[in-house]
Amino acid sequence: MSRHSRPLWELTRARMLEFIREPEAIFWVFVFPVLLALGLGIAFRNRPVESLRIAVQQGPGATQMAGALDSFPDLRVQLLEPEEAFRELRTGRVVLMVIPGDPVTYRFDPTRSEGQLAQRAVNDAVQRLAGRSDPLEVRQQHLTEPGARYIDFLIPGLLGLNLMGSGMWGIGFNIVQARRKKLLKRLLATPMRKGHYLLSYGLSRIAFMILEVAALVGFGWLVFDVRVHGSILDLLIVSLIGALAFAGLGLLTASRAQTLEGVSGIMNLVMMPMWIFSGVFFSYARFPEALQPFIKILPLTPLLDVLRSVITDGAPLSASLGQLAAIAAWGILSFGAALKIFRWN
Amino acid sequence: MSAGDKKTGSMREGVEVAVRCNGLRKRYGDVIAVDGLDLEVLAGECFGLLGPNGAGKTTTVEILEGLLQPDAGELEVLGMRWGKDDHALRQRLGVQLQETQLAEKLTVEETLRLFRSFFDQGRDPDEVMQIVGLEEKRGSWVSKLSGGQQQRLAVASALVSRPDLLFLDEPTTGLDPQSRRQLWDLVLDFKAAGGTVLLTTHYMEEAHRLCDRVAVVDHGRVIALGTPSQLIAALGAEHVVEIDIDEDDLTVDSWLRDVEGVQDVRHEREGIFLTVSEVHKTVPALLTALEAHEVELSRLTTHNATLEDVFVSLTGRRLRDE
Repeated sequence: MSRHSRPLWELTRARMLEFIREPEAIFWVFVFPVLLALGLGIAFRNRPVESLRIAVQQGPGATQMAGALDSFPDLRVQLLEPEEAFRELRTGRVVLMVIPGDPVTYRFDPTRSEGQLAQRAVNDAVQRLAGRSDPLEVRQQHLTEPGARYIDFLIPGLLGLNLMGSGMWGIGFNIVQARRKKLLKRLLATPMRKGHYLLSYGLSRIAFMILEVAALVGFGWLVFDVRVHGSILDLLIVSLIGALAFAGLGLLTASRAQTLEGVSGIMNLVMMPMWIFSGVFFSYARFPEALQPFIKILPLTPLLDVLRSVITDGAPLSASLGQLAAIAAWGILSFGAALKIFRWN
Repeated sequence: MSAGDKKTGSMREGVEVAVRCNGLRKRYGDVIAVDGLDLEVLAGECFGLLGPNGAGKTTTVEILEGLLQPDAGELEVLGMRWGKDDHALRQRLGVQLQETQLAEKLTVEETLRLFRSFFDQGRDPDEVMQIVGLEEKRGSWVSKLSGGQQQRLAVASALVSRPDLLFLDEPTTGLDPQSRRQLWDLVLDFKAAGGTVLLTTHYMEEAHRLCDRVAVVDHGRVIALGTPSQLIAALGAEHVVEIDIDEDDLTVDSWLRDVEGVQDVRHEREGIFLTVSEVHKTVPALLTALEAHEVELSRLTTHNATLEDVFVSLTGRRLRDE
């Protein structure tokens, strides 16, 4: 290694050693996002459609009808006295009640989608029992597309969120601490190049970025079968650009703060809008049209778009060059500004 | 250490000057920290800045280290100037700052390797660990070291640059006597190998033990300069007699001054301090005078005059606030 790259390597190495010796940091960067994915993945998992609960009112022919309807797999039937059946319907414990006779009466709330669904299913069953036959034979094909589930939306979102959080917190806290302990001043008294110091943060972020991506994507794949449809290399390139952009932003937010409280405040102020608007947990298309230009200018928004395009859609990076440029611009501008206004004392 | 032979510092009567500054000034808002300070540190000497807290020692040193910009004044370090030769200058300095805490979760060896990497020509960290006696702690985290060990590591991180000029800002403040002595030995070894040291302290014993010359600093100025023995000799008396008497009569000063051999009388919280040249003549005369004035003596001790006495006689104040 050449003499001039050695300080940069030593700074990066020191940075990484300090990081891995900090158990809290390991938890927040590697364990927490996985736990979050696990929790949300379970809470919002896709469930098979539940069978519809209906009541058949006691009366002539009721027993046969109830027995017949119950043989349809998506219906669960109870045979009840009229008042009781009505009470169950009113309180929503059944979605429809059938009153046998001629005509057969269906009682249900048409504004509830389950009521509508039950009406169609029950009527279909009742007509068949009465001897209706379908003139045309049909066949069903069932498809649960991986990539369309909530967890498929969530994993790239959490990945982007994590790249943002670990870049900002990891760098910001460390720098403010070094400033408070007068360590920055001590380094300034050596011939160390200031750019090397700041760059070492970016380099150590690259190393940890690879692990972060592997942890979260690997977890999604093993536990929820979330596949990366695009190329892994593309995924790493996007993550790299994102990690460096947020490293730059982390440096900038920490460039003048004197206390940990101060830097926490600034970081929350910077990150909060992105937590909410950039589409981590739900699509930013839900926000009003007027907000969209503001949302799209935040650095996390294009990062999440590109991550989803690579992971979920399997699109090549060439489809997202504009967004990649926007992310990189954030990184370059913040790094440059940080270098200019950075306070060493 | 090769200090001395490759210096480009300016010459004065055949002696090289490591640091020279004239009329240094620095103010923070309303507070004047350094108020027209002049210094000249010769190559190969250990020069001490002695003064109480807030005298402007640290500000002065940080200006000399190129960490602070003075408001006014001429400044030359190792024949070079800040703002012009910064990189070359930093290559030749070793710096220990007063309050630096090194990274807690790096080991001794990792810390020294890091600092070593910044210098073109430095020392092997192994060698430096041996010099400061931290070889056995090479794998320990900085946070696990004692105060004395951390301070030796701070000095070691200054020594890895193989400096020509070493700055030490209150290197032993807060250390126990044994750790203090270990640090003193480090400084004396560095100097014996030809290095130049500029140190600040408010311990007169430290200045006395380590420094070839001492500048007494108060309110941002040098108020006395010389070797420790010169400064003490300038008191005009080599000894101090301390007495406790049962007397608050204001005339006591005038008749104490008349006692044979008494140069100066001053009141301290601990008692009355008499500066004298010959203890064996003054003490009998003093006892006679006390008896004549019917004053009861509850305590009498004597000590050799120290830099503390110098400081008190110059400013009327003690070095350390107690």
